Amino acid sequence: MSENITPNATFGKGVRRLEDRALVTGRGRYLDNLQPQGCLAVAFVRSPHAHATFQSIDTTSALTMPGVHAVLTIDDLMPVLTGRKLIVGLPSAAIELEVDRPILAGDEVVYVGEAICMVVADTRAQAEDAAEYVEIDFSPLDVVSDCSLAIKAGAPTVHRNLPHNRLAAFGFRYGEVEKAFSSAAHVVGDRYEVHRGGAHSLEGRGVLAMEDSLRGVLDVWSSTQTPLALKKALCELLGRDENTIRVEMPDVGGGFGPKLVTYPEEIAVAAASVLLARPVKWVEDRREHFIAAAQERDQIWDMQMAVDADGGILAIRGSMIHDHGAYTARGLNIAYGSGVTLPLPYNVGAYALDIEVVLTNKVPTAPIRGAGQPQAAFVMERLLDKAAGVVGLDRAEIRRRNLVRSDQMPCLKPLKLRGGTNVILDSGDYPATMKSALEQSDWAGFQVRQQQARKAGKFLGIGIANYVEGTGRGPYESVSVRVNRKGVIEVVTGAAAMGQGTETMIAQIVAEQLGGDLSIVRVKTGDTDNPLGFGGFNSRQTVTAGASAHAAAQKVRKLLLQMAGHILEASEDDLEILPGKVAIKGVSERCATFGEIATAAIGLPGFAIPVLDKPGISASEQVIINDMAYSNGSAVAEVEVDPDTGSVRIIAFTIAHDCGRMVNPKLVDGQIIGGIAHGLGNALYEKMIYDATAQPLTTTFADYLLVSASEMPPVTILHTESPSPLNELGVKGVGESGVIPTAPAIISAIDNALAGWNLHFNRAPLSPQDVYASLRSDSKGERA
Amino acid sequence: MKAAPFTLHKPGTLEEAVALLAEYGEDGGLVIAGGQSLTPMMALRVAYPPHLVDINAIEKLSQLTVGDGFLSIGATVRHAQFHRHFVEAGTLGRLLSSVVHHIAHYPIRQRGTFCGSLAHADPSSEWCLVAATLGAELRLTSTSGDRLVQINDFLDGAMSTTREPSEILTEARLPLLAENTRFGFYEFNRRAGDFALGMALVAYDLEGGKIRNARIGVGGIEEKARRLAAVEAALEGKTPDSEAFAAAAAATVADVDAMEDPTTSAQYRRDLSGVVVRRALEIAQTATRF
Ligand SMILES: Cc1cc2nc3c(=O)[nH]c(=O)nc-3n(C[C@H](O)[C@H](O)[C@H](O)COP(=O)(O)OP(=O)(O)OC[C@H]3O[C@@H](n4cnc5c(N)ncnc54)[C@H](O)[C@@H]3O)c2cc1C
Repeated sequence: MSENITPNATFGKGVRRLEDRALVTGRGRYLDNLQPQGCLAVAFVRSPHAHATFQSIDTTSALTMPGVHAVLTIDDLMPVLTGRKLIVGLPSAAIELEVDRPILAGDEVVYVGEAICMVVADTRAQAEDAAEYVEIDFSPLDVVSDCSLAIKAGAPTVHRNLPHNRLAAFGFRYGEVEKAFSSAAHVVGDRYEVHRGGAHSLEGRGVLAMEDSLRGVLDVWSSTQTPLALKKALCELLGRDENTIRVEMPDVGGGFGPKLVTYPEEIAVAAASVLLARPVKWVEDRREHFIAAAQERDQIWDMQMAVDADGGILAIRGSMIHDHGAYTARGLNIAYGSGVTLPLPYNVGAYALDIEVVLTNKVPTAPIRGAGQPQAAFVMERLLDKAAGVVGLDRAEIRRRNLVRSDQMPCLKPLKLRGGTNVILDSGDYPATMKSALEQSDWAGFQVRQQQARKAGKFLGIGIANYVEGTGRGPYESVSVRVNRKGVIEVVTGAAAMGQGTETMIAQIVAEQLGGDLSIVRVKTGDTDNPLGFGGFNSRQTVTAGASAHAAAQKVRKLLLQMAGHILEASEDDLEILPGKVAIKGVSERCATFGEIATAAIGLPGFAIPVLDKPGISASEQVIINDMAYSNGSAVAEVEVDPDTGSVRIIAFTIAHDCGRMVNPKLVDGQIIGGIAHGLGNALYEKMIYDATAQPLTTTFADYLLVSASEMPPVTILHTESPSPLNELGVKGVGESGVIPTAPAIISAIDNALAGWNLHFNRAPLSPQDVYASLRSDSKGERA
Repeated sequence: MKAAPFTLHKPGTLEEAVALLAEYGEDGGLVIAGGQSLTPMMALRVAYPPHLVDINAIEKLSQLTVGDGFLSIGATVRHAQFHRHFVEAGTLGRLLSSVVHHIAHYPIRQRGTFCGSLAHADPSSEWCLVAATLGAELRLTSTSGDRLVQINDFLDGAMSTTREPSEILTEARLPLLAENTRFGFYEFNRRAGDFALGMALVAYDLEGGKIRNARIGVGGIEEKARRLAAVEAALEGKTPDSEAFAAAAAATVADVDAMEDPTTSAQYRRDLSGVVVRRALEIAQTATRF
């Protein structure tokens, strides 16, 4: 922790978000607000089949429709493309099948919603009208819908020319697993089905492209989390130099994961704009978001846990099937993340997990907030509940006995991250965090509450779950800080803002070093001029961009003091930085403003630059952080179950968490609450349902149940701050924390509420019908 | 999600409106009232009406009045007009204000209409359940004049009625309830504002501690809202107690022919019908005044 961080400046303060005024007064600049003159609109013709081939696309009638400028297939786009496919998957030796997404489907479609051609018209309504007249001679093929059936021998193949559907097989193994199982006092196990749906950011995807012939630059705006990755893909596929494509990220109305992937639509729209020499825009509608934006969907786990007579975990083993969808949009990262996360919060002596990543005729999967970690926590916490039952321990007690202790920190786990680096839990006191959640939720007094409620005919239950979240995925993020002639602090970063408050976070870190006045800081996120950077995902930006912002601001601080010392003819030690100026300590009238200092540092023709080695008050940093910083926490859910209908109401929800030093506690609360809303959806509501032919059945918000304000329980948040030793600020990420423990805590509470039936719910989400059916099928159950 | 092209007509009088519908109704022209069901269907391109006859400017269709023994609800009366208990309608007014909050969300209730709900005939429409249980009479108007139809002859199945394409549903009449009529409404859904998975409305008069003139209906369970004569018979003359309610629940489960959809089995819905009837009866018994 740097000594420059004083408690009374901006770091650590719950200041208001700088970006909100524009966003909540209708002055946001979202993708669809950008409407250049002569802009054309796109509607994609998408496959109605989960698997089919086609020979011809008849665009004749569509072309005669009002307002239509073009109907483009992949062949039409090829003159301006260098390839037919978008190849963006992360590398892994385990991948057996190459299934990259085509820019537009050529002769085979492999999921409902796959784009086949694009209608370009004056308005979106006209484009949609014409899209209905495009005729395609589909020949439907056999379909693989269920990932557990996809790997069975004799299953149809997702792609007609591929030999099978197993995209990759890999795993994790350490310790003497078999020995541990053979000597265990108890072995518990089950098959767990964990489903996660889609992202459903308020704003869907969208892209606008227009060639600026004056500058010789193709300008592209996209509602993406990774504008730099998009720029790279566009340069490759359009065969252009970096300085002839500019990618801008406008205000983005939420990302939650899927927008970290570059999409074929982004390439197709840019190509159409080049081909037609017109501005071209496509804005994803909600139906397209349901069928064509990446989802996370299904994992099926067959797992066992071996424990000793005292409930100590000896080993965990099993297998997991992960639904990959029809193409590779990102890679093995979700399944890998699940596998590596499962044993993290606890001391697990031995671990063996075999993972199969399986193709299905569904839209590709990519991370949704949590990225595989929620599923792993679900399985781990459910196994612990089961083990507590057979050993005869309280569910909190078995966890206490197994949690990684503070005296073990930093704790090297015998696991590797997907990039090959070590997994080292860096800091935290996991048992203390759990203890605070238990105390706050009155875990100890619950039995009495439960019994009293039962007398009144109510079924209350309580559940707990712990988590560890890997945050701050490296290797770095760029931040440059510059003071301009007006004294404004300009910050530019490759970090991407999707609504999380990234600008505020960075401004607070920078202002902390530079006088503490947030009103003179301007942050530009999503920069793509500097190729060094990655964007927003994996709860990474406060750690990576935060570290760079801090380092750059410290350098700028030094430059300001140096130059001010010259101007004021004072020693640097006698100076202090105040809002907007540098002054003699205690004599604030004797000062140089930031503007004066910056002007002096820029210099005049023919005059020497005083003091500084380089002109200008500016610094650019890319602090490299390879290891991840691990946040942790514990959630306790208290629920009421209605056995007559199977419905579940969350009465109270407590979360104790530790994300290191908090830059802004208000932003942290917002991230936690939003994460819990996602977790609640995963526990009880959100399910992307497909039928046996892989037709999506839940493609509106009437059928796909997103959590609304009415379903949110009262949430109590407890903060603990164990600074991460991995970065100077001691920060860790928090964006995905809330989502990870929520489903297992709630489902555990449901079991507990229905203790008389002795149930162990082994899947999420659980609908009222699921709960009700389990109560009926269990004949030995009691009734009130 | 943009609607296909259509022509919008905005007649100022009922005469013009029925004339327009006479011209375009047979070719798929539709009335638009609150638009809260129709516009989403058009945006999803499930509905392609080439002509829309907007009835919102027809002043006389906006009336909500109490007549001789009935409440008259004009075609453009919004759900939200029942948010507050309509005092002149007495017990019925209280019943309607206790039901209305279960329909959709606040902004939707500002636009959506009572009569539009009946015309749309969603199996989970609260107003269809109210109309079916209390015995509404409907006025259908076309160029050839008015015809009066009982609700049971009007509702024809899920999203289906016996209305002719050239007819406008201009008025719904609900019989007023006696001062001492007890009623209870219970709805089960997954989230606030969702369409019901199952709901029940009960109304009865209490004479000498016994149930008389029971009206019991369920919605969201079958293809259309329906009064359950068998359940009403099981309750007639009984003391309103848990035993009678359990019997009514059992009779309900035995009587209904429950629907099925991708997320909800017929079995679950059938069992739910008994629960919602029992709970509606419990509410009617315990509520003194709403
Ligand atoms: C998110 C959401 C949730 C909802 N939840 C519920 C709910 O829980 N319960 C519920 O009951 N409803 C619900 N609705 C539907 C809402 O109540 C509608 O307002 C109602 O179903 C239809 O009324 P409307 O006036 O909007 O009709 P419109 O949408 O204008 O029309 C619906 C149909 O009825 C026809 N029609 C309308 N009025 C007449 C008339 N006078 N004569 C002849 N035909 C006519 C139209 O031609 C059209 O076919 C919900 C809607 C939304 C968007």
